[in-house]
Amino acid sequence: MAWAEPGAGEDRQVPARVQNESEGRRRNAGNVRAARRRVLPWRGAVVPGVILLLWFWAVDGGRVSHALLVPLTQTLAAPWHDPAGQQIWAAAGISLLRMLAGLSIGALLGVVAGVALGLSATARTVGSPTLHALRQVALFAWIPLLTAWLGNGEAAKITFIALGAFFPVFLNTEQGVRDRAVVYQELSAALLLPWRVRLRQVVLPGALPAILVGLEMALLIAWIGTVGAEYAIGTGRGIGAFLATSRDQFRMDLILLGVLVLALVGGAGFAALRGVARSAVPWLKQEEAK
Amino acid sequence: MRLSKRSAAGVLSAPWWPGIAVRGLTVSPVWRRRILAILLPAFILLAWAMAARLAWVSPQVLPAPGAVLATLAELFASGELADNIRVSLFRIGVGFAGGAALGLALGACLAFSATVRAYLEPTLRSLFAVPTIGWIPILILIFGIEETLKLLIIAKAVTVPVTLHTADAIGRTPPRFLELADVLGLRGWARLRYVTGPPALPVICNGLRLGLSSAFIALVVVEMLAATEGLGYMMVWGRTLFQLDVVIAGIILVGVVGFVLDRVLSHGMSRLRRGGYGVG
Repeated sequence: MAWAEPGAGEDRQVPARVQNESEGRRRNAGNVRAARRRVLPWRGAVVPGVILLLWFWAVDGGRVSHALLVPLTQTLAAPWHDPAGQQIWAAAGISLLRMLAGLSIGALLGVVAGVALGLSATARTVGSPTLHALRQVALFAWIPLLTAWLGNGEAAKITFIALGAFFPVFLNTEQGVRDRAVVYQELSAALLLPWRVRLRQVVLPGALPAILVGLEMALLIAWIGTVGAEYAIGTGRGIGAFLATSRDQFRMDLILLGVLVLALVGGAGFAALRGVARSAVPWLKQEEAK
Repeated sequence: MRLSKRSAAGVLSAPWWPGIAVRGLTVSPVWRRRILAILLPAFILLAWAMAARLAWVSPQVLPAPGAVLATLAELFASGELADNIRVSLFRIGVGFAGGAALGLALGACLAFSATVRAYLEPTLRSLFAVPTIGWIPILILIFGIEETLKLLIIAKAVTVPVTLHTADAIGRTPPRFLELADVLGLRGWARLRYVTGPPALPVICNGLRLGLSSAFIALVVVEMLAATEGLGYMMVWGRTLFQLDVVIAGIILVGVVGFVLDRVLSHGMSRLRRGGYGVG
């Protein structure tokens, strides 16, 4: 995770080694406690279980009543039985498509810029200061300008998502290309490989693990950016717009539902990408284990 | 050209070509870098100025660089900027302090007690998996759009990275250190100060830095969505009135303030590390 970019500022940035090392420690400890934890995995379910039971007992049982305290069953049934809640399915799909559009544009530009700046010191000197200055701006600060220029429709949203996805991919690609092993550079120079072959056979495979790490971070940022842009702009459809509408209608059950879907879709997308990355680049696992 | 030919010929005498002209021909690497680095910003600025001057796009859509500068100066002179920045910094300060304190405490609990970890970690991880943007509508319904909302959102943004990094950092103490501490009978503060603390500090500092950067992003978001003052609000207000000079000035300010905050914190951190402990 040497390429991890500390300033990216998205929420779930746990370096991969964090998990690996804590797992290693768990194995090393090998004491009774660790063994018991493996036998009793239900302990993690106690707190959420108690909260849900309390919620069900107090609110669904009619013991407490407040406009904000919605019954648990009503919240869980909303995507099937509530006409407003049923829209969550379409909203999630639209958000996902929108994110994919922005992510692919941003990631593609990020790889191109990263390879260019990683390979050429001149390009780096020319482009790096400007890109790093732009990166300093907190992502959401671009929304007012983008909506003023591109309107409240898809163009502004997708540009915004692409902008968010661009930076982690760019930074990691550049680092990955710069870190490529000297031996391969020397070999490809000695073999007089044409640049196209060099790029395809040497540079890109070498940078692939770094690019994938960047892509994982980009996915998280793009997802937050998608929902954030939908929520802030408030027009059109999508999970963010669903949340904004539910907020205006004071529907806590729909908000909780939307947030749940938001977290689940984000997590599932991240896991899917990670799985694809692991199978596409088998050596990534070994590299992380180091 | 001449110079290289002569040296290639092995002439060791001073070049007959006047010194100034030679220096004019060969640019030193430092200056080459400087010129290259300024090329792109200069080009963008030039294109921007020309687009505004020649009215390629309406000045309402793209105000001239001079207009943005004038707006910045005006905001600065009227004290509006200082007010907005003060409000934003206050929110960051309180939210960061609260979030960092909670994150350090949670992280320490997770790291020191396996029982706490077993019970709380899955819950915390699922809560942390909900991005800040998801908390905003929930908290708006509960707290309205008052100050509490902003502070809670910022604190939440800080707590997540600080907790994760603290838990990881403390848990990472080499077992040999712990064994040594047991042998020496170090407990409580002394153990923290000399054994667990030093190796954990850099990682915790990293967590705090990430926390601050998340806090700043959260601040901008929450001020844009629900505020009546502050940097983020200033930009939204400029957007509503279609005063894009204010919006662009706001983007520049957000970049500068974010950069300065990060610098200040990492400077403080490195001082703390150098001053407090011999171990980096």
